[in-house]
Amino acid sequence: MMSGSVVDNTVSSGNSSAAIPTDISGQILDLDEDDDLEVFSKDTTLTDGSSFNASMQTSPASMINQYKFEEDADTKDIFVTVDNPESHVTAIETYITYRVMTKTTRSEFDSSEFEVRRRYQDFLWLKGRLEEAHPTLIAHPLPEKFVVKGMVERFNEDFIETRRRALHRFLNKIAEHPIFSSSEDFKIFLTAASGELTSHKKQGPGFLSRMGDTVKAVAAAVRGVRNRPQEFTEMQEYVEAFSQKISSLDKVTQRIVREQKEYLEELKECGPTYALWSQSEEELAEPLKNVAGCVDRCCKETEEQVKNLSDHLIPVLHEYVLCADTLKAVLRRRDNIQADFEAKTEALATKKADRDTMRNDLDKAEDRLEWANNALKSDWTRWQKVMRTDLRSAFVDTAERNVSYYEKCLAVWESFLHSQRTDAEGNGKVDFS
Amino acid sequence: MEKKPPKKLQAKHKSPRSINFKVIKLCSNHSRNKLKPEALILAKSEEQLLSAYGKTNGCVLTRDAGLGIEYCDSLDQNLQMVEKGTSLLKKMEISVAEAEKRTGKNAVNMQETYTVYLIEMRPVDAASEGTNPVPDSLWRRYSEFELLRNYLLVTYPFLVVPPLPEKRAEFVWHKLSADNMDPDFVERRRVGLENFLLRVASHPDLSTDKIFYSFLTEENGWKETVFETGFQAKADSRLKALNATFRVKNPDKRFAEMKHYGDELQSVISQLLRVRARAADRLYGVYKVHGNYGRVFSEWSAIEKEMGDGLQSAGHHMDAYAASVDDILEEEEHYADQMKEYLFYADALRAVCRKHELTQYELEMAAQDLTSKKQQREELATGTIRTFSLKGVTSKLFGQETPEQREAKLKMLETQIEEGEELVKERNAECEEFVKSAWVDIERFKEQKDHDLREALISYAIMQISMCKKGIQVWNNAKECFSKM
Repeated sequence: MMSGSVVDNTVSSGNSSAAIPTDISGQILDLDEDDDLEVFSKDTTLTDGSSFNASMQTSPASMINQYKFEEDADTKDIFVTVDNPESHVTAIETYITYRVMTKTTRSEFDSSEFEVRRRYQDFLWLKGRLEEAHPTLIAHPLPEKFVVKGMVERFNEDFIETRRRALHRFLNKIAEHPIFSSSEDFKIFLTAASGELTSHKKQGPGFLSRMGDTVKAVAAAVRGVRNRPQEFTEMQEYVEAFSQKISSLDKVTQRIVREQKEYLEELKECGPTYALWSQSEEELAEPLKNVAGCVDRCCKETEEQVKNLSDHLIPVLHEYVLCADTLKAVLRRRDNIQADFEAKTEALATKKADRDTMRNDLDKAEDRLEWANNALKSDWTRWQKVMRTDLRSAFVDTAERNVSYYEKCLAVWESFLHSQRTDAEGNGKVDFS
Repeated sequence: MEKKPPKKLQAKHKSPRSINFKVIKLCSNHSRNKLKPEALILAKSEEQLLSAYGKTNGCVLTRDAGLGIEYCDSLDQNLQMVEKGTSLLKKMEISVAEAEKRTGKNAVNMQETYTVYLIEMRPVDAASEGTNPVPDSLWRRYSEFELLRNYLLVTYPFLVVPPLPEKRAEFVWHKLSADNMDPDFVERRRVGLENFLLRVASHPDLSTDKIFYSFLTEENGWKETVFETGFQAKADSRLKALNATFRVKNPDKRFAEMKHYGDELQSVISQLLRVRARAADRLYGVYKVHGNYGRVFSEWSAIEKEMGDGLQSAGHHMDAYAASVDDILEEEEHYADQMKEYLFYADALRAVCRKHELTQYELEMAAQDLTSKKQQREELATGTIRTFSLKGVTSKLFGQETPEQREAKLKMLETQIEEGEELVKERNAECEEFVKSAWVDIERFKEQKDHDLREALISYAIMQISMCKKGIQVWNNAKECFSKM
């Protein structure tokens, strides 16, 4: 069933099966038209775009593999923003909606600009749909649901702002993902009016079918996977370690913020003490007041620096903590798919009745597995690049802000020195020549 | 024991020659200090100083581009004190060179451990000629310094006597030990004791005191000499002083203001020291937590391929950042010590004011006594009893006294009045004398304080600048490493 091909991750051209998401075929067309992907626009010998009977040499997986990640702004053809939180009150509940604005030049969108309002539940739905369709692709995490932690209220301004930023990043990551961004659900999310969205939501696989999937998944999980390929085991080990490290970094950064805040509290008392002192002095009054001013200015800079850490570094680290969990889930799902295949293989070997149906099922399961593995492998590479970029720029940004903080404080104290020198020289007290 | 290296000398002098001269004198003062080459950076205008300093000391001073200017205030103050040129300092160089632990039996015959400090005196001329004779030296412990100071306090109550470094470590932030035996504390105390000696030696009046001189020169028998002066008997009792403070009617306004100022100064510097110590504690925490970044980056780099190197090297910079706080806070301790000196000076200032109140009070008492005696004489002479007196009552009860008795009493009163007038004259003179000399010293003290504290504030700014420069350096380095991730 496996076809040899030029490219590694070719998926066999078996029967077009329901297990393979239809988005992908849509994707093939897109990629074909995209100038960026010269590599396979020459290779593609698609005759029938609607079915999955792609040529041997190309496959969605291989396309993912070769997809260029370092996109310039020029090639970005969809821009999404999340802003403007508003509170809605109904008889039953109060909730927040966010404005989601889309600007795009993609042809599959009816128009070039859209504006809709969405609530957190809608984002959850979208993520669920994407994961259902692509169980082994890596979706960026959503901000967490409201958890009663400390005194944070659901409608607290900071909480809403943090959530809004995270939702913005989520949608942008989806938009940047080669497969996810061409999802029909994604499109509907961005463009449909609220009523439309609600009815579309109801159209998904029914409750019973979803239950069935869950049961299968649980059963698969219980069975466990027997012959996990080495590379996925390595992936798992990496994810475990990564998860630990990124969690540690998150904690360390939060601790730094706490310590800085306490430092700030103490520092705030220094300036006023110098100012108080200056009131008892004559000659010393001016330098003391000056020092008080400098200390106060440094306090302001410190305050800003703390805010920067909280606003910029912590959210990114936190998201990658959640990413680690996503990765674990993805690996689990892949394992389940493999377990399912293994179970079916076993069943075929042992059972005598219904061989044709079972063979059919087995083929589908095999396809699904191969698809899942290839998708994961490609997306893994993509994810690693994105992670690297994100974390690198977050740390570089933090370092820059710290440098800027110290530079500002430096200027404050140098101006004090300068004032003392000109003062002293003016009074003829000191000869600095 | 590691000594603090002298840092930048502030150029305050006019002729280069005199700079060199003074530098040479002070160089040998600190010749035992091992200069950390990277600790100094001097402005261009002080190149001369730099080369002179370097030559005499035989140590190489280099520039460190990154760290900025560091000030040595004790050195600067020492320069200033030397400039004052008391005859003592013109002849001799004084320093507290070392500290050592000793054990011995104390007054109650129990073993105790204590620290002794080596005082060295070196003739100035010898040093400037380039020869380096063995200095006269002797060992003193803190309690002997205390004895000296108490003697000076009693003997010169009209002077603002320089304070000693604190007996026990106070205003410490938690990382700093409050233990008197801690080497850092001992070192800071050594510097403080040297400062005390130099302050006394640079005071126009105190520097000529014989007991002070023998403190510096006679190791044995000095204590006995001090006690022989009988100074302890001259000390005013606390109660007496307190009483005077409450009851004095017309203290000199300036002294009252000075006392008030002393109170305010003490209060505000205490507050400053407290706040600073707490801030230092917190700052320490901030820096040290960054060390965790170092550890986690290092662990993380082990599982990454492309990001590994960038992470690893960034981690090292985070470790360096965390470690840098130790030096930063050590320097701040020096600043805190300068503040503490004036905290204790405030006390000395108040002591002078209290002494004024006492002398004024005693004058007032004497005057009051004289007035009442004069009144008594008048009454006795005229036979009228205007004031209530026991005599009056008893004479009413038991009859008047005889003319002879009255005569005798009058005569006694006359003598007493004479004596009283003498006493008032004496006390008045004392009071005036006290006010005059004390005010001169207070003015001197004010100038010194304004100068020193301003220098301290400047050195604080320079410390902050140095800290910022280090921070900029570390984070720029870290940024470079991160961008290689």
